[in-house]
Amino acid sequence: MTANIIIELTVQNHAGVLSHITGLFSRRAFNLEGILCGPVGDGTTSKLYLLVNKDARLDQIVNHLKKLYDVIEVLLREDSDNTLLNQLFKLLTSEK
Amino acid sequence: MKYSGAEITIKLLEQQGITTIAGIPGGTNLPLYNALYKSSIRHILARHEQGAGYIAQGIARSSGKTAVCFATSGPGATNLLTAIADAKLDSIPIIGITGQVPTSLIGTDAFQEVDTYGLTLPITKHNFLVRSVSELLTTIPEAFEIAQSDRPGPVVIDIPKDVQMSEIEINGWPSISCEKKQKSIDSPKLEQIATMINESKRPILYIGGGIIHSSAHKNLLEFANKNSIPVTCTLMGLGAFPADNSLYLGMLGMHGARHTNYLVKETDLLLAFGVRFDDRATGNIKKFCPEANIIHIDIDQSEINKIKETTHSFTGDIDATIQALLPLVHNDRRHEWISYVEKIKNRTPVKLPPEADEFHPINIIKTIGNLAERDSIIVTDVGQHQMWVAQTYPFKAPRTLLTSGGLGTMGFGLPTAIGAALANPEKRIICFSGDGSILMNIQELATLADHNLNVTVIIMNNGHLGLVRQQQELFYEKNYIASKFLSNPDFITIGRGFGIKGYDLKGCHDLRKIFAQSLIEPGPCIVNAPIHYSENVMPMVPPGAGNHEMIGGESYDC
Repeated sequence: MTANIIIELTVQNHAGVLSHITGLFSRRAFNLEGILCGPVGDGTTSKLYLLVNKDARLDQIVNHLKKLYDVIEVLLREDSDNTLLNQLFKLLTSEK
Repeated sequence: MKYSGAEITIKLLEQQGITTIAGIPGGTNLPLYNALYKSSIRHILARHEQGAGYIAQGIARSSGKTAVCFATSGPGATNLLTAIADAKLDSIPIIGITGQVPTSLIGTDAFQEVDTYGLTLPITKHNFLVRSVSELLTTIPEAFEIAQSDRPGPVVIDIPKDVQMSEIEINGWPSISCEKKQKSIDSPKLEQIATMINESKRPILYIGGGIIHSSAHKNLLEFANKNSIPVTCTLMGLGAFPADNSLYLGMLGMHGARHTNYLVKETDLLLAFGVRFDDRATGNIKKFCPEANIIHIDIDQSEINKIKETTHSFTGDIDATIQALLPLVHNDRRHEWISYVEKIKNRTPVKLPPEADEFHPINIIKTIGNLAERDSIIVTDVGQHQMWVAQTYPFKAPRTLLTSGGLGTMGFGLPTAIGAALANPEKRIICFSGDGSILMNIQELATLADHNLNVTVIIMNNGHLGLVRQQQELFYEKNYIASKFLSNPDFITIGRGFGIKGYDLKGCHDLRKIFAQSLIEPGPCIVNAPIHYSENVMPMVPPGAGNHEMIGGESYDC
């Protein structure tokens, strides 16, 4: 199994922003393993945590995310442990 | 003073310098049209929204400035999609403003409701669904900024009818910043690049549409001349380097000249400036310049290393970058490399059909090339005629070729030519089309007649979808299906029906005289030029092959 990494996005919080991000992943055939999101503070911005494969296309994904106008910041969270997300996904995959 | 959303929109478009808008009115954009009624902006009523989209493209492609088109909700918006997607792939700054059903009805499957935001999301640089009238004040200037900054592209603004109609008090209009941001150039990296250029033995410049978008043609010419670097163009780059310069190698790729593709394979340093390594230009990417160092300079960071790993790359405006590189490269005549290039050019010359064969498509294009003014704008549709024009027409200046490169849309030619003519009333616009392509937006002959524009439409008529027929001949065991038209209309009679004069070359001699007349007489005309259906575009790189593995093109069988 390929190692995963978390991309942390800060985005404008409006109705279309999630389609912009998921649309990018589907049309560029990037893998998106998991996604977690929620509003920040007063709700003008949101945070998204994307669990993606750590492979040769990671740079491309980051470059394309940076081009989206609703994306304010892109961070690669190599420091944080992704135990929480991984546990959530493990829970899902073990479901029958 | 109180303004409605529609009035605010029109006012902000005027402020952006928009003087012409192509479009079609309908239920949900009527408030916008009502505001347009009181404006000095000229409206061009197209006959299909796709036509309106391409008219905007014709204005944008020929002038470099952002152009606007209007469509209503539902079918108006869906009809616009092809022109928007086309603008995305060729990085053309257009703004599509669509009406939408009132906010309260969104999501109810209302009459003429379609999810324009969702539909345009993957085919725009960015898109907006405006949710309140006050948003317009920021959205519209932002849309222009997005469309024309960095790598240009299309933007769609979807405005619900109630947003167009509701009023707010306006005390001042947003100011427009027209200052171009001067980006600092990272000189250590450029010094490295310049050193590589100076030390290379067989450099080649591979240039594309980025040179034209950035108006880098003058600095590029100086740069290539100073260091004696041969130049090959992509389809989108044609015109960025003068075809009559001795360093010019012509177009590379699928229908590039033999010597061009051979030489590109032999380069030790490929200077990829304002290009995106499109598959039509590179052929099988594994076999493209396998030995060469590659320097890629482009304004779009996400193009770097997308297709081909580079040795050095630089993200930035190509004109500013070439300007910064200019003093760093040496004056060099490169005797050895240039004489080798000349040798290969002479050994594999572009084989031309006999001059007596006046109806050969290549001779038709050469005749027009000799007759047309240097600043005439050539527009093509998509197919064999497009490739023959790309191979043969002597382009000398940027923005003199408008062609659908990335999306390859048949039907592009006529409405784009109309847009180019609206933006360049003093110039002659020549639209090369085919009998397949022209029928895909033939209704725009009515728009052309409305405005009596200086457009000469030359229909290369072979009764076939020629490029499809060619592929069936070469790669599908000559199983010809759906590539021959069972009937073919009389385009001269069609033209007359729209009030446009025409010249039928069938059975004519002295084509030159007729072509000359078709280019001089003011107003539009159609020229029907019958060509033989068995003519193929050669050479051709078969699907999956490397560029050097092309077939045909050694001689024309006439």
